[in-house]
Amino acid sequence: MNPSFSSYNQFKDQLLAAFRTNEARMNGESRTPVHQVRRAALKQFDLLGFPTIRHEEWKYSNVSGLFKEAFELDELSPITTDDLATLEIPNLDGNILYFVNGQYHPELSRIISPAGQVQISSLADALKADADFIGSHFARYADYQDNAFTALNTALATDGAVIRIPDNTTVEQPIILRFITDGRQKNIASQPRNLILVGQNAEVTVAESYRTLGDRASFVNVVTEIVLERDARMQYYKVQNETEQSYHIGTTQVNQTDNTHFYSATVTLNGNFVRNNLNIVLNGQHAEAFMYGLYMPNGKQHVDNHTLVDHAMPNSYSSELYKGILDDNGTGVFNGKIYVRPDAQKTNAYQSCKNVVLAPGASMNTKPQLEIFADDVKCSHGTTTGQLNDEALFYMRSRGIPKDEARTLLLYAFSQDVLSQIKIQPIREYLENVVTQKLGK
Amino acid sequence: MLSISNLHARIGEKEIVKGLSLQINPGEVHAIMGPNGAGKSTLASVLAGREEYEVTGGSVLFEGQDLLEMAPEERAAEGIFLAFQYPVEIPGVSTTNFLKTAMNEIRKHRGQDQLDAVQFLKLMKEKMKLVNIDQSLLSRSLNEGFSGGEKKRNEIFQMAMLEPKLAILDETDSGLDIDALRIVAEGVNQLRSPERSTIVVTHYQRLLDYIVPDYVHVLYKGRIVKSGPKELALELEEKGYDWIKAEAEVNQ
Repeated sequence: MNPSFSSYNQFKDQLLAAFRTNEARMNGESRTPVHQVRRAALKQFDLLGFPTIRHEEWKYSNVSGLFKEAFELDELSPITTDDLATLEIPNLDGNILYFVNGQYHPELSRIISPAGQVQISSLADALKADADFIGSHFARYADYQDNAFTALNTALATDGAVIRIPDNTTVEQPIILRFITDGRQKNIASQPRNLILVGQNAEVTVAESYRTLGDRASFVNVVTEIVLERDARMQYYKVQNETEQSYHIGTTQVNQTDNTHFYSATVTLNGNFVRNNLNIVLNGQHAEAFMYGLYMPNGKQHVDNHTLVDHAMPNSYSSELYKGILDDNGTGVFNGKIYVRPDAQKTNAYQSCKNVVLAPGASMNTKPQLEIFADDVKCSHGTTTGQLNDEALFYMRSRGIPKDEARTLLLYAFSQDVLSQIKIQPIREYLENVVTQKLGK
Repeated sequence: MLSISNLHARIGEKEIVKGLSLQINPGEVHAIMGPNGAGKSTLASVLAGREEYEVTGGSVLFEGQDLLEMAPEERAAEGIFLAFQYPVEIPGVSTTNFLKTAMNEIRKHRGQDQLDAVQFLKLMKEKMKLVNIDQSLLSRSLNEGFSGGEKKRNEIFQMAMLEPKLAILDETDSGLDIDALRIVAEGVNQLRSPERSTIVVTHYQRLLDYIVPDYVHVLYKGRIVKSGPKELALELEEKGYDWIKAEAEVNQ
């Protein structure tokens, strides 16, 4: 073990102590089912500890950098709308909720959809208003037995978004959850927790966006649980444009039932250390899941995408395309698991991961993992990692396009397969701009 | 316009062009013929600036400027165009977008104003007729999934759009059936002008029935071993290359 072992213990002790402080502040809440789950999760976190690279799921992603920083856990931020100006997404319209250092800030937020279309509240408020309801969903989907970070979030999360869409309802305006870490003064850790319940035959578009203000370290450990009741449809985007001092570890757990459609795009533009887990259980017939991903680590950035599609029932479909552009000493990981359970006959599952490595110091680790227990299925997977096509570059240059422009044009086109999937136009345009800027560097 | 003297070029350790000289004046069409491996495509690549080829000797002047000092994009901006033997597929970039970027980069280089969307579309419509190319093809990813004929027509279309001073057609006839060949040749012929010169690199005489050259040069072992009027191409068609090879060996 490296010398950070003492700081590892220190950080862990700090997190365990935070739990006791939270608990001591509670009145009746400590007896609720939710809190019982938290206790169990804390115990599990204590038992598991932070994963090391000896853990199969963390082989290429070393979290030990986390222990070099000392984080504040429950730091309130006096942030104002003016402070957020630099983090604006131009022309963004819809329901926009701000969470700063993990806590909901209603004064910065704007909910415009009528309550009949969607009920949006903070987790803190929802726990006060309807603890039983939250208790019937909280941690029912995202497994904390095997994942220390999910266990940690489950134990410590106090706030986040709770979104409920009634049956047969289309939420016309997108819901954008903006998670801002105010790192102007201190190193900040937060544990946001979201719950999204999409009723039967309902439809919604939700985006999560992550930014850090200032140049101190940030650590966001987020868990989002999503449930799609039969015939429901959802577009889900996770967008990360963090800093060179940010750590992000997140799990999105999706539970799909009959005839549901889930479209997702995970776009990681910047961040020092990023780990995204996207776990989808296709627990119904004719369920469809589409997963797109784009990541472009440069400098010393590290981006790890782990996806899991669990085909549990017959006739379901999943399709996955992740693309990476790696530069400088940037590193990337793609691990894509597909399970096809014995009952899941007539499954169609497709997975593809394509990478362009632009510098000798950059690297990419890909690992498709297919475990198929049914015999009447169609599954395919493919990964490619290569350099920019020299022949294409020469072709473009021979038509008068300078080398740098040609390179940008080629890589931009490469990223479009993913970015074009994003149906919230201001977010797509914002991402296209950041991608162009980053490629032009 | 183009003056090549005693050019030597190699790829890796292998010398391919070994002392080639050629003079091209405005408005002329020169055919470069020769057996496989003679260095025809290498010559085309060296002129366009392909980086795998290293020039080890000689000079190439284009309108009095040292061509070999220029990056490929500068050569294009100065008016050189290479129609590729194997046009490259570029996923995600439409021909329209590609050409608009290229034209505006070239205009920027020349200190001209950028074309706006309306001007560009007007020009495109005009040039599309030349090579009988379909609008839908141009909005697709460049060359991706195009047939051989479509790719070559797209090359000539790009040439028409970019209006080069010197066009180099590298084995443009390869892989074309006779109808596609005719369309491509017609496009090239319509672009002939007293200012524009063309180098037609080909293995077969067939293309020269349609694009009639002013001069024919035979390339063998990296050098021009015989030059003559257009009738030389017919002679080559009839007699093959063996007599040229024999002649060249004797003269060596």
